[in-house]
Amino acid sequence: MEDQLLDKSVIETGEMILNMGPQHPSTHGVLRLKIHTDGEIVSKIEPIIGYLHRCFEKHCEQLPYEQIVPFTDRCDYLASMHMDHAFSITVEKLLDIELPERVEYIRVIVAELQRIASHLIAVGAFGLDVGAITPFTWTLRDRERILDLFETLCGARLLYNYIWPGGVSHDLPPLFVERTLKFLDYFDPQIDELNDLLTTNKIFIERSADVGVIPADIGINFGVSGPSLRGSGVNFDLRKNEPYSIYGKFDFDVPIGKGEMGTVGDCWDRYYVRVLEMRESAKIIRQACAQLPAGDVHVAMPKKIRPDIGEVYGRYESARGDVGFYIISNGKNIPLRVKMRSPAFCNLSILSEISEGWMISDVIAILGSLDIVLGEIDR
Amino acid sequence: MDPTLLGQFNQDNIVVEKLDNLINWSRANSLWYFQFGLACCAIEMMAAAGPRHDLDRFGMIPRATPRQSDVMIVAGTVTLKMAERVKRLYEQMSDPKYVISMGSCSNSGGPYWQYGYHVLKGVDLVVPVDVYVPGCPPRPEALIQGLFELQKKIKTETPLRKQAK
Amino acid sequence: MTFSKIQKHIESKTQSKISIEEGKEAVFVSPNNWIEIAQILINDSDLEFNYLMCISSYDKGDNKMYGVAYNFYSTNRQHYLEVRIEIEDGTPIPSIANIWRSADWHEREAYDMIGIVFEGHPNLKRILLSDDWEGYPLRKIFKEPDYYHGIPVPKDKSYWD
Repeated sequence: MEDQLLDKSVIETGEMILNMGPQHPSTHGVLRLKIHTDGEIVSKIEPIIGYLHRCFEKHCEQLPYEQIVPFTDRCDYLASMHMDHAFSITVEKLLDIELPERVEYIRVIVAELQRIASHLIAVGAFGLDVGAITPFTWTLRDRERILDLFETLCGARLLYNYIWPGGVSHDLPPLFVERTLKFLDYFDPQIDELNDLLTTNKIFIERSADVGVIPADIGINFGVSGPSLRGSGVNFDLRKNEPYSIYGKFDFDVPIGKGEMGTVGDCWDRYYVRVLEMRESAKIIRQACAQLPAGDVHVAMPKKIRPDIGEVYGRYESARGDVGFYIISNGKNIPLRVKMRSPAFCNLSILSEISEGWMISDVIAILGSLDIVLGEIDR
Repeated sequence: MDPTLLGQFNQDNIVVEKLDNLINWSRANSLWYFQFGLACCAIEMMAAAGPRHDLDRFGMIPRATPRQSDVMIVAGTVTLKMAERVKRLYEQMSDPKYVISMGSCSNSGGPYWQYGYHVLKGVDLVVPVDVYVPGCPPRPEALIQGLFELQKKIKTETPLRKQAK
Repeated sequence: MTFSKIQKHIESKTQSKISIEEGKEAVFVSPNNWIEIAQILINDSDLEFNYLMCISSYDKGDNKMYGVAYNFYSTNRQHYLEVRIEIEDGTPIPSIANIWRSADWHEREAYDMIGIVFEGHPNLKRILLSDDWEGYPLRKIFKEPDYYHGIPVPKDKSYWD
């Protein structure tokens, strides 16, 4: 009898289903995770989404093309310039119009500033998930300066409605270029400070290196894109491989993960790719500001957008990855169908595959490194 | 705060004040908010708590659980799938509790009012709201003004007398 | 490879019929031979379409025909392909979720929004709406419900004041 009490194989253990509910400080929005765990080790995760489904595609079927742009803003609210830009280049592909040079340069400057702002939040929130609170306040402070620049440009801090099909809504205000260059001079040393505090921090490396490795071929099969795929060593950036707009004129590198602190494709690699991308974006902005031509920005705007019957798929590299818009037009000024392919939707689907065998706190770190925004997953 | 009360601190060691006012003052100046960020307005709420517009200097800190918070800031679009959870979280908060509805989406459905089949047209259909902050998204300064309005409302309460609900 | 070369290459590898429409750069496939063509797309060494970008389901508006559009890309060869399947209401389409894993959630979304059933899918249930929602929202004949679990839904607030 005493042997039976001490014999551990008699104690039954079972699998526990834990619910990380829709309201949780670390889930980056309203995401529900059903985690099947054995003690602390995770065996399967089932993400349940749809708590922010705002019927974006149904709205697109009832509104003319110009009026859809504010709704695309609200899909990915952390990189709303990218969503506007992606939708605009898809509609311009359908209409086949030629844009003036100044419009293209303004769009590139604004899109790269937005990329820096979005990566600042991604990097800060990842640190916050892992337990580092100070870098989050530093990145928010730097992001506020970018939002000041955007406010002088179009009046809004978060949802801009700035890039329209055919051009942009307002020209650059006076002194915008000087202020941008002053911001970039201030910003470059801030990345070094962030590296000192967070990137080479021993605790941070222990929490994120070797955790949640995405092998390259599985990543491509799941549809992962953007910094999450580049962290696994795949050298694919839409701005370099299939340049749209005028990205062919700029000289910049594409950072990829090399596994410096652990395996190739772990959380640290994905985080470090984002830090390096901020530096590359700063390079692009400097080149664009130096080459900016003069001109009128409203010249190419169509009076009424009424494309011919046809379909088009437009691709764009946003801060989170590969955004696609598939538009079917039947000749009217209201589209028949607009489908938005959001990068975070595919990035999230790989979560169950890569978190098997890790502990629950590692799941939080993996989720933070994938950088999802629920607004674009649920649309 | 009542200026005559401050004046009394300068002169004497004994302060005379109504207990109602003291309780109201202590509740209003340390409103711990429940960070219920759903969508874009959540980013502005985080920016309001950030280094530039600081909410901590007013005594407000974010809490992750409803049991420890006084005020629930509903920031973002509430969908029908989420509405039942909002109600349940509101019921889990302990008295006295307040609700601030931040942004057009939770005030009345926002830009999705017309064709949104899955959007709740205003969070006041499921929980009672004290202050509405308009905007899409409202600036952090607007949210701070909304919190000040809530503080003014709290200072007119009478917690010691039984109130008809 | 250009679109016409890709199309001729696929036609040379299979006996099944694929068709194209005038002026469109898309290949039309019937549901019966879809799995075979999908295997050719991913395994053939000249095509190598290893990246499924997007699956969009659409309603043609005549209350009878629905369609699904698949957009493919090859990261090694850098060429694109669009495949379309058009069916009548109620016909199932074979699922490709075990060939390209990204199709898993995209097919669930197509089922949720338009109601197209994918045969052989490991877990075909609603993904964006609740499990007990009635109706398929992106169909043109969809009518919004008046109440959902006791909460009023409609777009004008006049009748429940």
